[in-house]
Amino acid sequence: MADITNQSLNKIIENVKTKKVSSTELTKAYIKNIESAKKLNAFVTTTFDQALDKAKQFDNKPNFDQLLPGIPLAVKDLFCTENTKTTAGSNILNNFIPSYESTVTKNLWNNGSFLLGKLNCDEFAMGSSNETSHYGNVINPVGDQLVPGGSSGGSSSALAADLTPATIGTDTGGSIRQPASFTGTVGLKPTYGLCSRWGIVAFASSLDQAGPMTKTIKDCAIMLESMSGFDEKDSTSINKKKEQYSKNLKDNIKGLKIGIPKEYRVDNMPIEVDELWEKGKKILKDLGAQLIDISLPHTKYALPTYYIVAPAEASSNLARYDGVRYGYRSNQGKDLIEMYEKTRSEGFGDEVKRRILIGTYVLSSGYYDAYYLKAQKVRQLIKKDFDDSFKKIDAILTPSTPSSAFKIGEKTNDPVSMYLNDIFTVPVNLAGLPALSIPAGVDKQGHPLGLQLIGKALDEQKILNIGYAFEKNCGFKNEIKKWWS
Amino acid sequence: MSKEKFDYFIKGEKGKYEVVIGLEVHAQVLSKSKLFSGSSTKFGADPNNQVSLIDSAFPGMLPVINEECIKQAVRTGLGLNAKINNYSVFDRKNYFYADLPQGYQISQYKNPIVGEGKVLLDMPYGSKEIGIERLHLEQDAGKSIHDMDPSNTYVDLNRSGIALMEIVSKPDLRSPDEVNAYIKKLRSIMRYLGTCDGNMQEGSLRADVNVSVRKEGDKNFGTRCEIKNVNSIKFMQMAIEYEAARQVELIENGKKIDQETRLFDTKKNETRSMRSKEDAHDYRYFPDPDLLPLKLEQKLIDDLKKSLPELPDKKKERFVKEYGLNAYEANVLVSEKEISDYYEEVAKQSDKKLAATWMMGDLFAMLNDRGLDISKSPISAKHFAELVQAIKSGEISGRIAKEVFEIMVESGDNPKKIIESKGMKQQSDPKKLEKMINEILSKNKDKVDQYKAGKEKLFGFFVGQVMKLSGGKANPQLTNEILKKLLKG
Repeated sequence: MADITNQSLNKIIENVKTKKVSSTELTKAYIKNIESAKKLNAFVTTTFDQALDKAKQFDNKPNFDQLLPGIPLAVKDLFCTENTKTTAGSNILNNFIPSYESTVTKNLWNNGSFLLGKLNCDEFAMGSSNETSHYGNVINPVGDQLVPGGSSGGSSSALAADLTPATIGTDTGGSIRQPASFTGTVGLKPTYGLCSRWGIVAFASSLDQAGPMTKTIKDCAIMLESMSGFDEKDSTSINKKKEQYSKNLKDNIKGLKIGIPKEYRVDNMPIEVDELWEKGKKILKDLGAQLIDISLPHTKYALPTYYIVAPAEASSNLARYDGVRYGYRSNQGKDLIEMYEKTRSEGFGDEVKRRILIGTYVLSSGYYDAYYLKAQKVRQLIKKDFDDSFKKIDAILTPSTPSSAFKIGEKTNDPVSMYLNDIFTVPVNLAGLPALSIPAGVDKQGHPLGLQLIGKALDEQKILNIGYAFEKNCGFKNEIKKWWS
Repeated sequence: MSKEKFDYFIKGEKGKYEVVIGLEVHAQVLSKSKLFSGSSTKFGADPNNQVSLIDSAFPGMLPVINEECIKQAVRTGLGLNAKINNYSVFDRKNYFYADLPQGYQISQYKNPIVGEGKVLLDMPYGSKEIGIERLHLEQDAGKSIHDMDPSNTYVDLNRSGIALMEIVSKPDLRSPDEVNAYIKKLRSIMRYLGTCDGNMQEGSLRADVNVSVRKEGDKNFGTRCEIKNVNSIKFMQMAIEYEAARQVELIENGKKIDQETRLFDTKKNETRSMRSKEDAHDYRYFPDPDLLPLKLEQKLIDDLKKSLPELPDKKKERFVKEYGLNAYEANVLVSEKEISDYYEEVAKQSDKKLAATWMMGDLFAMLNDRGLDISKSPISAKHFAELVQAIKSGEISGRIAKEVFEIMVESGDNPKKIIESKGMKQQSDPKKLEKMINEILSKNKDKVDQYKAGKEKLFGFFVGQVMKLSGGKANPQLTNEILKKLLKG
């Protein structure tokens, strides 16, 4: 029998619907894959028994009208899952079992899917290589020395290694798109407010957004449709009609205007990235799109702005992990203050501490105006750059990352060079826009590279359509040898 | 009425000092659920029984504004004659404490929901306007309980997340009496509006008190100290008196006052330093990214304005005009909505002025003795009105009325029944009275002679005799008239 997992989600759904494969068979196949892929360290928790039960339930009483009929899914361990441990990659939540289900995962389950396990990620989603996780670094299926990107590194690794048919991540500054780019997969950060943040362990509330990670654009549309929607429990959730992204997917992009921002060409960028960008432009042009040079003049300030805003919010969001009500508590403290200090010193890793310190600093009196307030002003300018450009274009094409996957340990001692990895993805979060990373080619070493399509707010359908057309004409094939099994 | 002059100064050896006071009142919003969660706000539940995942700050939980709390804050702002801000922002005030689950309190910092307003106080030396600086909404913290266990602190989060209105006054108050009047007025306004129950015992109303002193006539303010979290008017007054005296003493001894936060020790009746300005928390306020800025439509504000009840200042004016009360009476009778309601019901059915006199006299004394609110009065407004009417019509005398009143309190019966069954009706038949008086005069001829000889004091003696003979039922007015007439003859 052919490998039933080495397929797109869409194909798998079709196989389930046509009864070529049962949910139980599918689930068992993934469990087998996961068990033989322990080297990748993509999972923090597996829920096999529970998944097999759900699969059986589905097979006994199948409902094929659902978007995700009988589909097992592993999700990033940042989504709270009812009765299943949720760690956010941190020691401070190593014993935390939520009594509630995040809105996004609940939406997925309501569409017929069920939980296969929780995927490793950078601690509190802070990282670009999945090396800050308390549960160990994750390995990129592309190569045993490579990071899978971060923070949704467990998600990208598991997806590329066929350990889940599709998955979801969260993207605060590139945490979906960069790992997608590093693993030759598709990743979408939706418009801020399209997917509810309720029940997702918060990193930086004004930037965090959940999104799909899939093998194809069609899969991405199916997942986005399943997970998104208004949620009155999230005050920043957008109240709008639900869209049928997969049904409305079109590959005709004739006449669309694609902006090419001159600021997205950085020093020391590998020539392959530039070449790939050129290739992308040509494909879109050949499909009838019109290329327009644009300028996003404040782009260079995006990274410093991000590294003020995100840590500031994080320093406050992470104050609740104090050992009082749940999670890890050090029993060393003599009094309340010492208990806090020991709990947080032992509970958080270095990168999280670094960002809490930065965030606390930029918010403190005397520095607030110079850092936080100024960053908020620059953020408005960055947003305005996009708004101005989008008056004359439909979408923007850029590289997803300045390089392909780097080696494990290569950047761990150089936070700034690590942060530079987010240079193309961060502006989008600051502006709250949707952006898609599509696999587009490989570099000299054969490591995948992605291109990024940025859309107007709530213009997911359009960038998915462009991505769909691009995918059909790009000829990229993710050649991953299963070296780990 | 001659007005008293304001005279509250601390007398030092080197002169008189004026006390400058500003209050930050924390008033718990009357609402069914908390400011950002659906948990109940009811007082007195078992510990940690009214706590949602949001109140206890579980990972991924998000606040959602409770619209009713917003309306309550707007109503209160309107009641304080204040500017309602169409745009306001919720900020995070960051600090660590065991009963603060989020590690921050959601509050309003730069953009509060309500701006400047004013409150009018009726003082013996005239009316005084106290400026309101702002009113903002914030979350209450939980409660740390330190005395349940020798080595552990317990935390009760029932209160965590309940909406508070922080009402900040301008430094316009000048004495403990003014503070008393101010708190009572605020409380009264909020109770009229139904926005805060004002129950100080349950902690629904507490205040931080800012106190400074300056030489009489000085234009500049002195350095202030903030006395945190005082939960009764009496303690506020005691704390102010102690603190003002302490500051004057420091100044007189040539010492500097440190700007600091102090605590009032109710047992020792003194304030103690809690932390100095240098040790003050850096709260790292910033806009809460989980909440969008609050934009109020003018229509909502206008609608709320239209639906406001009549407030004490307006009602007082009306009582003076409509019921012919004097300012003092009107002031007392509008101080609580329930009192004014009771009065109006009585006044509708009886003599308005007499009703006020009797309410403020016997009824209030009785309620006070028994520690009852007027809503729990053993005498209904209807019965009370009947009693007032019986006095007014001359059916019973004021003295008898006091007896009837006592019986009403004990039995709850209506006054008519009491008067009839006990035969307490006043004797107002002139013929019968004349007969009675003639009898007395003939028995006391010597006294009559003395009276006629100029000893007019004896008039009281004759009245007394009439009362004695009539069992206190003789109509005093008629008795006087007839006595005078007969003694002349």
